[in-house]
Amino acid sequence: MTQLLEMRGIVKRFPGVLANDRVDFDLRAGEVHTLLGENGAGKSTLMKILYGLYQPDEGQLLIEGEPTRITSPTDAISHGIGMVHQHFMLVPSLTVTENVAMGTLSKRGRMNLRQVSDRIRELSESHGLAVDPDAYIWQLSVGERQRVEIIKALYRDVKLLVLDEPTAVLTPGEVDHLFKILRGMAEAGRGLVFISHKLHEVLALSDRITVLRHGRVMGEVEAQDATREMLASMMVGRPVRLAPDKPPTETGRARLTVRNLNVMGDRGLPALVDLSLTVREGEILGIAGVSGNGQRELAETIAGLRKPESGAIAVDDDDVTGRKPSAVRAAGLAYVPEERQRDGAIGAFSVSENMILVNHRHPPMSRRGFLRNGEIRQRSRQLVDEFSVATPGLDVPASNLSGGNLQKLILARELSGSPSVLLASQPTRGVDIGAAEYIHDRLIEQRGSGSVAILLISEDLDEILGLADRIAVIYEGRIVGEVNAEDADRQGIGLMMAGVSREDA
Amino acid sequence: MADIFSATVIVATLSSGIRLAVPLLLASLGEAFGQRSGVLNLGVDGIMLLGAFGGYFTTLKTQSPWLGLAVGLGIGLVLGLLSSVISVSLLAEQGISGIGVYLFGLGMSDLLFQKLVGTPLPAASFQKAPIPLLSEIPVVGDLFFNHSIPIYLAFLAIPVSTVIINRTRFGMNIRAVGENPEAADSQGISVTRVRYAAVTIGGVLAGAAGAVLAIGLGIFQQNLTNAQGFIAIALVYFGAWRPLGVMAGSLVYGMVSAVVLLLKTRGIIPLGASDLAAMIPAVITVLALVVAARRFRAPTALTKPFIRGG
Repeated sequence: MTQLLEMRGIVKRFPGVLANDRVDFDLRAGEVHTLLGENGAGKSTLMKILYGLYQPDEGQLLIEGEPTRITSPTDAISHGIGMVHQHFMLVPSLTVTENVAMGTLSKRGRMNLRQVSDRIRELSESHGLAVDPDAYIWQLSVGERQRVEIIKALYRDVKLLVLDEPTAVLTPGEVDHLFKILRGMAEAGRGLVFISHKLHEVLALSDRITVLRHGRVMGEVEAQDATREMLASMMVGRPVRLAPDKPPTETGRARLTVRNLNVMGDRGLPALVDLSLTVREGEILGIAGVSGNGQRELAETIAGLRKPESGAIAVDDDDVTGRKPSAVRAAGLAYVPEERQRDGAIGAFSVSENMILVNHRHPPMSRRGFLRNGEIRQRSRQLVDEFSVATPGLDVPASNLSGGNLQKLILARELSGSPSVLLASQPTRGVDIGAAEYIHDRLIEQRGSGSVAILLISEDLDEILGLADRIAVIYEGRIVGEVNAEDADRQGIGLMMAGVSREDA
Repeated sequence: MADIFSATVIVATLSSGIRLAVPLLLASLGEAFGQRSGVLNLGVDGIMLLGAFGGYFTTLKTQSPWLGLAVGLGIGLVLGLLSSVISVSLLAEQGISGIGVYLFGLGMSDLLFQKLVGTPLPAASFQKAPIPLLSEIPVVGDLFFNHSIPIYLAFLAIPVSTVIINRTRFGMNIRAVGENPEAADSQGISVTRVRYAAVTIGGVLAGAAGAVLAIGLGIFQQNLTNAQGFIAIALVYFGAWRPLGVMAGSLVYGMVSAVVLLLKTRGIIPLGASDLAAMIPAVITVLALVVAARRFRAPTALTKPFIRGG
């Protein structure tokens, strides 16, 4: 097989960070080579160097054996390199054809968009990428947008295609379809770099896997010789349990009840439709679904941050429908929000200030309107230790903490009030494997305490399958099906996530 | 009093409304180019003022309004480039940097006027250029086909701009860098170059707007534009970033101005209230556009400087 790309000893420094530390990476024609690693491991940096968005501080780049300097995306494109970015590089107000044509038209002369759209039709037929060339990007679903990105690459006839976390926004069915297309592209002789942190996807698609950690290559393995546990351990640098042990528990009375909830989304369209659910103490109810199907609105409505049109929400026996967030909290709700930097903590506040954010009004944290620093520090110290939040001190701003540690801080604060309901929204998204493992253990521990009802909203199906006792699937604001964890299979849930109801599935 | 409803007066008023609309039309059309590319230029009024002074002064000294217009365009080009350097290369906060350009234009134009001219002297203006045959049509002919050449050109710029923005590679690049500069960059389009071009077009048109205003009046004075440059920015928003919308807004402004002028000269608005009356066109234009505007989305990257890999 021809060597398409070789990156040798790539070093890239950012202020205070060594993003790539003598990284070697190569790609042959006809293979899928995965770059695997946690957030901040240096995968994206390496690929941005390849695409000319960054310049390496040291190291060499060879394209088909020729030492090459790539100084801009234009350069990369002229070397046959394409990239499907994690955040799609599409202009919503332009059509598919215009997006594909962008930057490819000759400098002079008029635009011949007819030719471009004909070529798009050919490509979409030959590769099974159904897309209407005349549609505007804003009209397309996420899956369709991704197809446009791939068509963009095919249109330019790239030899080497980098895909940065392409599955993050897709349903399991769409992922299967995407993988078929990608395999086909590899078999046609192109080289693909796949960037991901989802282990089962990596194993399903790759030929070779290179694992990065802290900017360094931890190893390169053939996919056929690898297992999920082995890859996870390479990513983290120590043995990892992927699925927490989940002892059976007794479920008690219902602590969170949601009845026929109707909620409007930000654009004035219904976001939740007649949604009902019940969570009992001692159990975890998992809400599975593809991003944007009403999860955010559900969490916000329960937390009192969004007013429902109709329906009822009760925490224990308190009707909290339409009440203020503070009233819902007082009724016993703890809330770990999806946007932890925005909604879960105040970055400019210190770690200890964040620890007492929700109960600073009450003794012993304050008295007669004055905060009691001694008490606060003592309490924070205790929680930081108990939840092993890695922080240089109690007085550093929370914005200095890593995603995982910030999430531990929020979880510590929320659980410190002995809640009757824990609402956790995307608790481990963007969090490193070690912290995710810790957070999962804590959730299981709370479940085992027998007094807390846990509602877990997650777009990570593995997380739901690993933690939940019951799984409800949300699609376009409705619960389209509910299964017990022991009867759950990935495929059936995947179909429901795409809107196929349980009966049809 | 009754004669203000006579046909001659109405035609004359509407025709002057069209003339009064032109500076605003040029300025807001230019601003639309810049905003489409993602750059908000708040300095339009300053560029207009310097363009106005340059146009007036040149015409005064050379007796050639065309040379005056050319100087106005040139001043617009230089200040457009300056605005690009500030907003695109130096990544300045666009909500603030343009105010600097405005204050520079306001002060500098007055300073130059005081030093070089002093007392207002009338300068030559553009000749009317009635279009053969068409201008003979009763009413319509006087209304639309009996103006000076810059006015025809300004209205011609509207369809031309629509075609450029929607149908050319350059226009597509402008829209792309205004909506998603990362995407454009990743496709090998130079965000910097496209934004420079769009902002500079805006500067040139603002300079032209000022020159046409001053030469049309044959006079210059401190703050001649009376903040029309800011109305122009508002028109871009309400005109939904489209040349036709911008033209509609400018015409409303021009017409209301013409009517106010008529009422003032007839003494219907007392002299004491004339300052108050001066804001009527702006107020009515904004109100009309608020009512008429459908909710169009602003270019997504508007006011956001672009940094690669950031």
